[in-house]
Amino acid sequence: MPITKTYKLYIGGKFPRTESGRSTLVEDASIGLSAHVCHASRKDLRNAVEAAHAAQSKWAEASGYLRGQILYRLAEMMEGKRHELAAALGDGGMDEVDASIDRVVHFAGWTDKYSSVMGGANPVSGPYHNFTIPGAMGVVGCIAPDSPALIGLISMIAGPIAMGNAVVALASETNPIPAMILAEAMATSDLPGGVVNLLTGFRDELVPYYSGHREIIAIHAGGVSDAQRAELREGAAVNMKRVTIREQDLDYTDDSLCSGPDWLDPFVEFKTIWHPSAV
Amino acid sequence: MALEYGMSSAMNTDSRSDHSAGTLDLRGASGGGIFDYDPAPESVKVQIADSYGLFIDGGFSDASGTAFATINPSNEETLAMIGSADGSDVDRAVAAARAALPGWSGLPGIVRGKYLYRIARRIQERARELAVLETMDGGKPIKESRDVDIPLAAAHFFYHAGWADKLEYAFPGKKPEPVGVCGQIIPWNFPLLMAAWKIAPALACGNTVVLKPAETTSLTALRLAEICQEVGLPKGVVNVVTGAGKTGSALVNHPDVDKIAFTGSTAVGKIIAKATAATNKRLTLELGGKSPNIIFEDASIDQAIEGVIGGIYFNQGHVCCAGSRVFVQESILDTVTQKLKDRLASLRVGDPLDKNTDLGAINSSEQLGTINKYLDIGGNEGAVRHDPNPSAVPEKGYWCKPCFFTGVQPSHTIAREEIFGPVLAIMSFRTPDEAISRANNTPYGLAAGVWTDKGSKIFDMASKLDAGVVWLNTYNQFDPTSPFGGYKESGFGREGGRHGLAAYLK
Repeated sequence: MPITKTYKLYIGGKFPRTESGRSTLVEDASIGLSAHVCHASRKDLRNAVEAAHAAQSKWAEASGYLRGQILYRLAEMMEGKRHELAAALGDGGMDEVDASIDRVVHFAGWTDKYSSVMGGANPVSGPYHNFTIPGAMGVVGCIAPDSPALIGLISMIAGPIAMGNAVVALASETNPIPAMILAEAMATSDLPGGVVNLLTGFRDELVPYYSGHREIIAIHAGGVSDAQRAELREGAAVNMKRVTIREQDLDYTDDSLCSGPDWLDPFVEFKTIWHPSAV
Repeated sequence: MALEYGMSSAMNTDSRSDHSAGTLDLRGASGGGIFDYDPAPESVKVQIADSYGLFIDGGFSDASGTAFATINPSNEETLAMIGSADGSDVDRAVAAARAALPGWSGLPGIVRGKYLYRIARRIQERARELAVLETMDGGKPIKESRDVDIPLAAAHFFYHAGWADKLEYAFPGKKPEPVGVCGQIIPWNFPLLMAAWKIAPALACGNTVVLKPAETTSLTALRLAEICQEVGLPKGVVNVVTGAGKTGSALVNHPDVDKIAFTGSTAVGKIIAKATAATNKRLTLELGGKSPNIIFEDASIDQAIEGVIGGIYFNQGHVCCAGSRVFVQESILDTVTQKLKDRLASLRVGDPLDKNTDLGAINSSEQLGTINKYLDIGGNEGAVRHDPNPSAVPEKGYWCKPCFFTGVQPSHTIAREEIFGPVLAIMSFRTPDEAISRANNTPYGLAAGVWTDKGSKIFDMASKLDAGVVWLNTYNQFDPTSPFGGYKESGFGREGGRHGLAAYLK
């Protein structure tokens, strides 16, 4: 008889239980039994933001080359867990796992190229060196769609972390198990603790706290209702959050729709630097 | 375009001279010194009508609301009556912009570009007239409106004209499409320039616009509307609705507006963000700032002083990116403080139309009240105010002489809140890390300045400052090719350069 796994949260590189002591019963397709997952609270979210904040600046200072290698390493770790991930996703799970791994590889490659493509030198009409470079924003709040449970989540977080942000992500409500298996891949992938934090819980409960948290500078959400969308956009009135909401019916498995600069632009801040070149 | 804050060079002495020991009185201000200047009033006269209507669908028409006076803040005389657009007027303007959209966005890019080139040229041709008008309506010194505002406005149109037929090359992998009808709300500190920053990229990208200028500075926007007529810009592509906050609110809440672009205070920016949260409107916001200007002991001190002076006193400090917090390395604090006092004493405050004037009038009595409130708070909280400028300001009009505070703590109100006036807070630091953490300790993130002759240090500082624009060994430089915009609560989106186009394309 196999032993079952206890699913917890992933915060600051560790696997704590929710401070609230609450859990929710979900189906675990990988073992054919039900499982209790953590029902994260506002306090868990705050703890996760704190962990993300602590990790973010060092992650942003890492070279694009290094961030790229670490994200690629994450793909390697996912490859090693592909059967477990696929089983947790249920029917057709392996295709989604493979597409998810490809998506991580795609964004891993952007880390040391985005600046060349989207930054630039500006030909000002005076004796100045002037250039515009992208930089990380800070802590990004990600809200994953219910389905597809794995590639939906990966699509929400890969762009922001590729650009040097740290994320606090809320997993699929209906199938949070793949997210927690992904957390195990992350924990063994050289990704510094706190760069990705994963919560399981309920969107309706946590969306207002995402929106209102002053330490979260940007939001990347999919699968949210119109009311949740409006609530998240109101976060701009709190601390000028940059809010990106993906269409409800987006096909996350379509590479042409879920890759490239559109998935990076909202999570970088452009800085323009002037320096005189005259003596 | 370089902004030369080139005032009297009387104080531009060798950097190693010790002013604290010197006794020379080199004051050139009207307070009386050996370098007094004779009055040099700008001689060009401009025609101003008794009253102005709204510019909608290619023509001027009366506004439905009660007209209000626009005054010259340097003498409080009424210049003209301005129409106040109400909801029905905004409806008409949005409808005109909507009707014009297919035709305008359907034009070949090169044709749209040629209209923008025409506008740029007209602004250049009427530059002096526009500069005088800007100075009369807003209070800024003529040398700034003449040398900065108006040339840069023309440059923005010229620059964006060239983008109109190259948009498909701007963003890799994207097929550019206009956003649609853009509601644009601009502030009173750079009236024509902000209109240009908003309208030029919008039109280049195929959008149509409804522009609302600030209540106290409508005249140059209305002249720009006249220019749009003169160059034969298709009807409805540019509409100008004048009025106060209610007019802006009608525009923000209009259901047929696709995008709002706003430049102004963070408080109003947040109201707009809330008002548009449940809609599909796109939003770009260029908001307030409390920008740091950091001087290291190994800087070229006299250059840094000029940069600090230009950074905070340019346009009476009515600048969102004003360098209103100066951090001085401890070892040079006394030197810098003394040099600032000396330099401040030589600034000329007075008639904005005088070509030698360095600081003109405060834009409105309301803004003067705000600045005075902060001056009181600064003193009450324990900072020490230095007021060395000897200028005798006119009796009428709104005036605030340039000043700075020392003994400022990071917790002081004047170190945290945007004052939008000629008021500077001086603080000290010991290490680069301390400078960074104190500079970044603000919800704002618009601009920052660093002064040091050490290359590696200056770029390290640049990479660690949370600011959308970082000026190294310079300050307050602007150019249409160079993106401008803020981090954090200074707003989102960029204006200018390739990056600025993103706000007007989908």
